[in-house]
Amino acid sequence: MVEQNLLLMLVLTPFVSAALAATLPIRARNAEAWLAGLTMIVSLVILGVLYPAVAGGENITGTVYWVSSIGLDLTFRIDGFSWLFMVLVAGIGFLVILYARYYMSPDDPAPRLYSSLLAFCGAMSGLLLSGNIIMLVVFWELTSIVSFLLIGYWFQRQDARDGARMSLIVTASGGLCLMVAMILLGQIAGSYDLDAVLAAGAKITGHRLYPVVLILFVLGAFTKSAQFPFHFWLPNAMAAPTPVSAYLHSATMVKAGVFVLLRFHPALGGTDLWFQIVTGIGLTTLLLGAVVALFRHDLKGLLAYSTISHLGLITALAGIGTPFALVAAVFHIVNHAVFKASLFMAAGIIDHETGTRDMRRLSGLARAMPVTAALAIIASGAMAGVPLLNGFLSKEMFFEATYVWNNGGSLDSFAPIVAVVAGAFSAAYSLRFIVTVFFGPPATDLPQEPHEPPLLMRLPVAILVAICLAVGMFPQQVLGTWLQTASLAVVGPDLPRFSLKIWHGINAPLVMSMIAMGLGALIYLLPRRLIDSGEDGTRLLRRLDFARGFDWLLQSLTIRLPRLALRVLSTAGLQAQLRVQVLLALAGAWFVLRRLDWNVPMPQIGASELVFALLWLVGGTCAVGAAWQAKYHRFAALVLMGGAGLVTCATFVWLSAPDLAVTQLLVEIATTALLLLGLRWLPKRDQEIPGDQSFVSRSRRARDLLIAVACGTGMTALALAVLLTAPGASVGDWFLRNAYVEGGGTNVVNVILVDFRAFDTFGEITVLATVGLTVYALLRRFRPAPESVERPRPQLDAEEQALEAYLFVPSVLMQWLFAPIIALAAYLFLRGHDLPGGGFAAGVTLAIGLLLQYVAANVRWVEARIVVLPVRWMAAGLTIAAAVGAGSWIFGYPFLSAHARYLDLPLIGQVPFSTAMLFDFGVFALVLGAIVLMLIAIAHQSLRVAPRARPAEPKEETA
Amino acid sequence: MELILALAIGVLVGSGVWLLMRPRSYQVIVGLCLLAYGVNLFIFAMGRLYVGAAPIMPKGGFVDPTAYADPLPQALVLTAIVISFATTALFLVLMIASRGATGTDHVDGKERQS
Repeated sequence: MVEQNLLLMLVLTPFVSAALAATLPIRARNAEAWLAGLTMIVSLVILGVLYPAVAGGENITGTVYWVSSIGLDLTFRIDGFSWLFMVLVAGIGFLVILYARYYMSPDDPAPRLYSSLLAFCGAMSGLLLSGNIIMLVVFWELTSIVSFLLIGYWFQRQDARDGARMSLIVTASGGLCLMVAMILLGQIAGSYDLDAVLAAGAKITGHRLYPVVLILFVLGAFTKSAQFPFHFWLPNAMAAPTPVSAYLHSATMVKAGVFVLLRFHPALGGTDLWFQIVTGIGLTTLLLGAVVALFRHDLKGLLAYSTISHLGLITALAGIGTPFALVAAVFHIVNHAVFKASLFMAAGIIDHETGTRDMRRLSGLARAMPVTAALAIIASGAMAGVPLLNGFLSKEMFFEATYVWNNGGSLDSFAPIVAVVAGAFSAAYSLRFIVTVFFGPPATDLPQEPHEPPLLMRLPVAILVAICLAVGMFPQQVLGTWLQTASLAVVGPDLPRFSLKIWHGINAPLVMSMIAMGLGALIYLLPRRLIDSGEDGTRLLRRLDFARGFDWLLQSLTIRLPRLALRVLSTAGLQAQLRVQVLLALAGAWFVLRRLDWNVPMPQIGASELVFALLWLVGGTCAVGAAWQAKYHRFAALVLMGGAGLVTCATFVWLSAPDLAVTQLLVEIATTALLLLGLRWLPKRDQEIPGDQSFVSRSRRARDLLIAVACGTGMTALALAVLLTAPGASVGDWFLRNAYVEGGGTNVVNVILVDFRAFDTFGEITVLATVGLTVYALLRRFRPAPESVERPRPQLDAEEQALEAYLFVPSVLMQWLFAPIIALAAYLFLRGHDLPGGGFAAGVTLAIGLLLQYVAANVRWVEARIVVLPVRWMAAGLTIAAAVGAGSWIFGYPFLSAHARYLDLPLIGQVPFSTAMLFDFGVFALVLGAIVLMLIAIAHQSLRVAPRARPAEPKEETA
Repeated sequence: MELILALAIGVLVGSGVWLLMRPRSYQVIVGLCLLAYGVNLFIFAMGRLYVGAAPIMPKGGFVDPTAYADPLPQALVLTAIVISFATTALFLVLMIASRGATGTDHVDGKERQS
């Protein structure tokens, strides 16, 4: 159990530290460095404690159960391979943090850098330790996002922004491919558990979807590990601060791609397709990266392409896939991380001390900074594969793997040649780096006078170079056991015995190595002047500018194509858009309805049908009338609309739905009041709009009439089609059966709202609150049209006294009615669970009561006497509803479970009481707040824009 | 009864749709309200029509569902009524704000040129 907890800590600690680091003051460089450094040391200590448990090839798994029903748990597992990788992440992380403390300028905001670095460490740990393949993708994407933040650290620079965006788009798109691949893998293997997937190798490679899975998978791995043709993002990411490049772009993040290639080799590897794709792309990248690196003048550019080339080497080894090749791959991951991180740091020191990274300007630095020069030369030697350094050993192993490998394809005879040529170029660019930067005459035109950096800035480089030497000279003693453990986890129990030795005697790999070294020296030294002073990159490679192609693609996809689509498919006019929508709906309904056979029975005409028909004769006339009058006679249209609403309300009563009738009636009142308040701000419409009787306008109306009639007919047909079929078993029956037993109420509609489907109601009141706030926010900036600012005509015409006495009798009545309305609201609320009523109805009722007070007096009069705080009421309502819902967690029930019982109150008798009523109270408070907020926000507009000269007058909201 | 209600829904929706495609924003608001009536009635009718059925149950025990009105469409429509009020309010405010900002009550914020 201790080990499981340590495992979780390993992932969590960096994230916690990242959150802490983000909150420290902006100049607290030392505190940040201490915090981050200690975090890395904690990780290293945990890893040290965990090592005995993984040493024998076992793994530890710790699980936090999360969404088990869809196979999504936070499972973490560690085995030898991820252990070794974790040591790299934490160890190099520690050195990078030490280095960054001295590299970054005091003006750079420290919290952003360190918290991002720590978050990256956390994401990387999560990725390495995930035991669930979906979580692996989540952490994978997290590394892409954090890397975006880190590359764009100096966001004031254009190249940093562009590089960050490019790397995010490339790696995150690859991540999406990987996610699809993982989902497919999980479906094929039957589990998202990593161990289960790795064990299902035969099932996966035999599946008919295997090629699809493989291609998606390698797309993910190749984009992350900067493999051809996705390599271009890595050089562009060099706009990042050097510590970031040293950490992400040499040692850790770019290795994530080869990590998954090796990790999933048991599940996906071993087929011919795997060989062709992975080895093919790996070898291409190896060669391409090495060649381009030679022609770069920027130090970091050279290192970036060299990284691409080495990643290609590891990818090629993963593709070859023999146990020996896999061991070599793991070994080279470690070696490359060590020497490349030290080289990046050395390049950073050179940049820091001289002010330039351009190799055409740097020269003879060995005199000014001898220690740094010595360290960098050793590290470059490792990069070139010079004997007695760590790079030599793994490169030997790579040569041997390509030489021995034979699967009968055309690639395998080709591979050793590619390996040697790439090795030669690798030796050439390493040589170029050493010769141009450190030897030759001292440079004259450097921006700064070069000198040695602070000791602690050099220390990380020195440590890494010491590791290069130690591994290079005593490989078996230094790294042998760890490599054994890691390889055991990748290859499995049939790992061949291997021994890391410097001297194997004169054999093919040694000969290949020698050829490569010699050829490399010739490649650089013969055309040296041409390379040193030539253009950046070769002509052919400039033609094949993938970065520019990417920009073009991005431009097309995100700007040109959408604009084209907008121009071709869209219109700015709302009417045309709505017309298209209506026609589409019509077409859809037609598609469904035309197949029905119609069998409308002769309607029976009884007395009640006759009354109902008469009712709807009125209702229908009102609706058509409203449609007809809404343009020129708004008030009439409003009244007619209200008529249609009342008939709807009556229909609800008729058809046994008293709850709906109550709510419809109350909402009808509120809607009418609202529209009345709005009418004042609309333009006068006492003259005809120009051109309203023209032929074009008439024909437009005729066309719309046709559509409307078709819609109405269609809707009638649809309703009839449903009403004439017998109802099936309805879920409503269940609610009816259980409302009393489970919900403790006899009004089933209310029980559904506040108990069975309370979560829906909760969502709905949230919507209401959002709308209320939106209305409020929109009106805060409201500027009315100039001609609406004048007081309404009736008020202007009236005498002062007449205004005082305006609606005198009704307003007294309205004020008297306030108390009864409050009582009514309380009554509606309390009976809600058993009889028609409830929180909605009560809320609207009380809102109307308040509104009446505004109508009866004026805004100032009312607000001097009643505390109107609708926003707080809404907040209280939402909080109560949420708290009641969350309260059920205390008793171990799901969110919003309700408890119901009857209470015996003295004098009053049995009263239903249920926690659902508390929830209903929240609904009540929110509905009240929202409606009052909307109405009052509109009512207040008269106050803001009324002329200030005549204060304290009644300002009734009349239409 | 069914036929009358179906016709009523048709008339409400037809008027609503016609208004929806009109150029003045006030027309569109009225149209949306009428459309909401029609749609609410339609959803309500999905539970079939019960004339004179008891909406409230007696206390205690299981009941025979066929003797009662279907409560589910009612619950749906109840929330729909409140939400349609909210959308009306939102649109009204948009309307007067747009009128204040553009000086016209045309739905596109400018008068038709043709």
